[in-house]
Amino acid sequence: MSRALALLALLSSFPFLALLSNAFSPENPTDRRVLVLLDDFSIKSSHSLYFNSLQTRGYDLDFKLADDPKIALQRYGQYLYDALILFSPTIDSFGGSLNAAAILEFVDAGHDLILAADASASDLIREIASECGVDFDEDVAAMVVDHTSYAVSDTEGDHTLIAGDNFIQSDVILGGEKIKAPVLFKGIGHSINPANSLVMKILSASPSAYSANPKSKLSAPPTLTGSAISLVSVVQARNNARILISGSLSMFGNRFFRSGVQKAGSTINHDKSGNEQFVTETSKWVFHERGHLKAVNVRHHKVEEAEEPSIYRINDDLEYSVEIYEWSGTSWEPYVADDVQVQFYMMSPYVLKTLSTNQKGVYYTSFKVPDVYGVFQFKVEYEKLGFTSLSLAKQIPVRPFRHNEYERFITTAFPYYGASFSMMGGFFLFSLVYLYHK
Amino acid sequence: MVAKMEKATDLLSSPQSLFSLKSLKLKTKQQELLIRISILCLVYILAFITRLFSVLRYESMIHEFDPYFNYRTTLYLTQKGFYEFWNWFDSESWYPLGRIIGGTLYPGLMVTAAFIYWVLRFLRFAVHIREVCVLTAPFFASNTTLVAYFFGKELWDSGAGLVAAALIAICPGYISRSVAGSYDNEAVAIFALLLTFYLFVKAVKGGSLAWSLASAFGYFYMVSAWGGYIFIINLIPLYVLVLLVTGRYSMRLYVAYNCMYILGMLLAMQIRFVGFQHVQSGEHMAAMGVFFLMQVFYFLDWVKHLLNDQKLFQAFLRITLTCAISVGAIALGVGTASGYISPWTGRFYSLLDPTYAKDHIPIIASVSEHQPTAWSSFMFDFHILLILFPAGLYFCFKRLSDATIFIVMYGLTSMYFAGVMVRLILVATPAVCLISAIAVSATIKNLSQLVRTKTKPTQGGSGKGTTSAKTSSKGALDQSLPYQKNGAIALLVGAFYLLTRYAIHCTWVTSEAYSSPSIVLAARGAHGNRVIFDDYREAYFWLRQNTPSDAKVMSWWDYGYQITAMGNRTVIVDNNTWNNTHIATVGRAMSSYEDEAYEIMRSLDVDYVLVVFGGVTGYSSDDINKFLWMVRIGGGVFPVIKEPDYLVNGEYRVDKGAAPKMLNCLMYKLSYYRFGELTTEYGKPPGYDRARGVEIGNKDIKLEYLEEAYTTSNWIVRIYKVKPPKNRW
Repeated sequence: MSRALALLALLSSFPFLALLSNAFSPENPTDRRVLVLLDDFSIKSSHSLYFNSLQTRGYDLDFKLADDPKIALQRYGQYLYDALILFSPTIDSFGGSLNAAAILEFVDAGHDLILAADASASDLIREIASECGVDFDEDVAAMVVDHTSYAVSDTEGDHTLIAGDNFIQSDVILGGEKIKAPVLFKGIGHSINPANSLVMKILSASPSAYSANPKSKLSAPPTLTGSAISLVSVVQARNNARILISGSLSMFGNRFFRSGVQKAGSTINHDKSGNEQFVTETSKWVFHERGHLKAVNVRHHKVEEAEEPSIYRINDDLEYSVEIYEWSGTSWEPYVADDVQVQFYMMSPYVLKTLSTNQKGVYYTSFKVPDVYGVFQFKVEYEKLGFTSLSLAKQIPVRPFRHNEYERFITTAFPYYGASFSMMGGFFLFSLVYLYHK
Repeated sequence: MVAKMEKATDLLSSPQSLFSLKSLKLKTKQQELLIRISILCLVYILAFITRLFSVLRYESMIHEFDPYFNYRTTLYLTQKGFYEFWNWFDSESWYPLGRIIGGTLYPGLMVTAAFIYWVLRFLRFAVHIREVCVLTAPFFASNTTLVAYFFGKELWDSGAGLVAAALIAICPGYISRSVAGSYDNEAVAIFALLLTFYLFVKAVKGGSLAWSLASAFGYFYMVSAWGGYIFIINLIPLYVLVLLVTGRYSMRLYVAYNCMYILGMLLAMQIRFVGFQHVQSGEHMAAMGVFFLMQVFYFLDWVKHLLNDQKLFQAFLRITLTCAISVGAIALGVGTASGYISPWTGRFYSLLDPTYAKDHIPIIASVSEHQPTAWSSFMFDFHILLILFPAGLYFCFKRLSDATIFIVMYGLTSMYFAGVMVRLILVATPAVCLISAIAVSATIKNLSQLVRTKTKPTQGGSGKGTTSAKTSSKGALDQSLPYQKNGAIALLVGAFYLLTRYAIHCTWVTSEAYSSPSIVLAARGAHGNRVIFDDYREAYFWLRQNTPSDAKVMSWWDYGYQITAMGNRTVIVDNNTWNNTHIATVGRAMSSYEDEAYEIMRSLDVDYVLVVFGGVTGYSSDDINKFLWMVRIGGGVFPVIKEPDYLVNGEYRVDKGAAPKMLNCLMYKLSYYRFGELTTEYGKPPGYDRARGVEIGNKDIKLEYLEEAYTTSNWIVRIYKVKPPKNRW
């Protein structure tokens, strides 16, 4: 740790390198450089509140038109950005060398993505979303319509402006403060692919919602209905890259941020919609300001020893400890929880113990190695909603007793010892008598 | 009975004494001794050098599969010492179960090689342990010839001994498992087997406590070296039983068997792998039963001696026998029922009932050396011995003694076992050689007597016991002597010719069939030149150099030992087939669709998959040809795998007409991945499989969960990497 800090200090003494040192790294997981791709620059001003909140939090936003021929995510094999915001729902093909595969590769390399679609979402955007496990309604003209929980507005309208308050129950993703006002949403709905276990709805539609073209009469029952419709979803990939996909671009816009909201059927008229809080808090999660864990210093040793052995013996008593920290956005803070478990695992867990913590990040426990030999693993599989998943596996063989580690004399066997020695003595005496006594 | 024996030995020595009387006594004896010793020396050297073909053809290397494990453990033994070896827990094989090496092997071979190595080092010969391992088998084969000589001398006479030594030195049945580099348990075990038998026969013959003690130690060495000791511990009681039944019970037998059994059993218990099996397993119960029977027999003898009343003794005999048999039966029944005495193992069953393994234990039936023997391989391995064997039996029956009864029983039982399993030809070889040697020696002796006795016609045909197949012409001896002599000469020439053919055949077989290391393959090129395929080692060294040191490699169990020994990587299953379920899991993975196999491989932490593929080179013992066994073994434990799914009308095929499951299972995909692009033979379509002679049925193979990591230059070994799970799914 201290060495890394020293290195960091050394690096920051060079102005040029200082920029590099700010980049995303395992030691400093918050993103710094963000590329924002827009359909046109008017979005920059119409969504300025959102971008400003990012910039004040220290992000370095690089605005580009999505069809700018000079866009490049990487140069000389190094990624130039840590995250990507795609606010270009209508784009058919990106400029430069960028395409859907390059964006997915960017994500697979551990970078984050915020994607906002709209009623006019292009095939390209839909393709990226579906690769992340999110399927937008295939009907191009469809929008989410809800005749019961729409937002009351001056003009009666077609009930496509939805007041959503069906949030995911997670303080990590949505922040500790409860979002009181409903979130205004106007856009297309999506469903999440059941085969994908990593994608989660964080804002889902009410049971009365459906996805259809509001301008035409319904000729057939809509394919997407009820709370199966997701309005905003997040994905945390296995490499902990985070993706946010929203069916509405306007929910990030200044207009929705500022407008008041009254949900149909409700008497409470909120002065300000929940949009600002919602998108800001989710952006904090996506950019790893929250919910990012790291586990370091996995240690195990026999009780009353300090050295880590290369092999255990069956029935040894051992101690296991691991340190878990959470990134607070600026520094690593001890992570406190009471549900971290360790498995002593060989094809199935032989020991499963909840770790105790000292509230300073150290989790520890002790247990007895089972009476089974084999190649075991200390496994910590910590997957908690919103947090980065921790998957630690440390292999350790367990051997049986050596030939000289058994008890030398067993009390229960004394009759046998007695029998053997009396037999020997008796035989000796008998021989003497037989041979020399005539 | 003893008198009869002595008479027999008298007769045996009489021709010699007659000849020696003729000329200067001392000188002839010295000459004879000189000739005998020089013949033995030559045989000793011959036995060694005839096994060196493989070293000359290829290089000084360890052969095949099991020897690699033996080599690896020997290396460990010499590096870490005996106690570490004894307590070795190997975490690199049978992942994640591991294997207690010290408790699951026969350490005799490794300790022997290590001992030779240490002695050589002590004598300041800076040898590498590999050279010692490579040459252990020929060295012990040479020693076996010495034992064969002494055994033959014990059975018949020193002439038979010499012939036996010469025959066994080059007999292909033995060479097949003892060429240089074939560093397997059998290499020392045959020596130990024959030694034990020889010492036991010697002990029975003399009733000597010292010889039976020696045979107990021989037995201990055998137990420490090979699982085939089970043959000894069943044959000897059987032999004793036969002697009892035929009324040849004697004090000598009592002393020899009891001493050998008790001490041998106690010594054998010191081997961890054997442990308490001598008192707990069904296979060893015969020996124990015979041991108790001997005591009852002795007791009865003693009572008979005391009583002197025939009637009373008969009554007593009846009661005692009934009691003894019922007590034995009850003990056996209770022991078996309570699980104290384990039932017979599958391997043992399959010996008694050759069809058992095929129906119940596919893992045993899948090994090629466990197949029933074909007639041709008897001919191949024994050549003229196959014809001489019955003749030798005839001679043995003509001059029945305790020793010849033993060799007859050894010969007959081992011939039966040789018929059940190919690999057990090896066990039969010493018996066949000894019995044939008796035939050869007795015949030649008789014939040469006939040739030489013309000056002294009165002495002709004196050797009553040693009469040969020419007994019918014995009557004619007195009448037409010239014909007799010419006939004898002709027959001698014929015998000489046959033995020459034998020697030629043996040398040819050794050099052509049994000297291939099977890890390096050789073939004839289009222009008659030798082409060497060194793909196995190429692949193993690739694994060693290019994969993480804790990578787990999944392959069919055949290659497990080689991967751990040469590739130094952890394997899931290997040739020590102790856990059928684990092997079946691998078989199931290989015969499942890729996505199902992926789940299995993830659960076993597999990083790489290795398959052997002969479609490019025409190498026929590859994984596709072994595949049905994987299906069978996998299906034996996991019924979701069904053999008919892989067959079309009971036919196994890989071309267009193959079963859809076959065309899409993991093994097929891994074997034939990218093979559809390759033209292997001129004039054939791309994707022509040379090992099976067909165009493959699925040329467009896409892998989703695995990626090709390495394919050797002749495509014999293909290694795939298991991809990590998808990032976003």
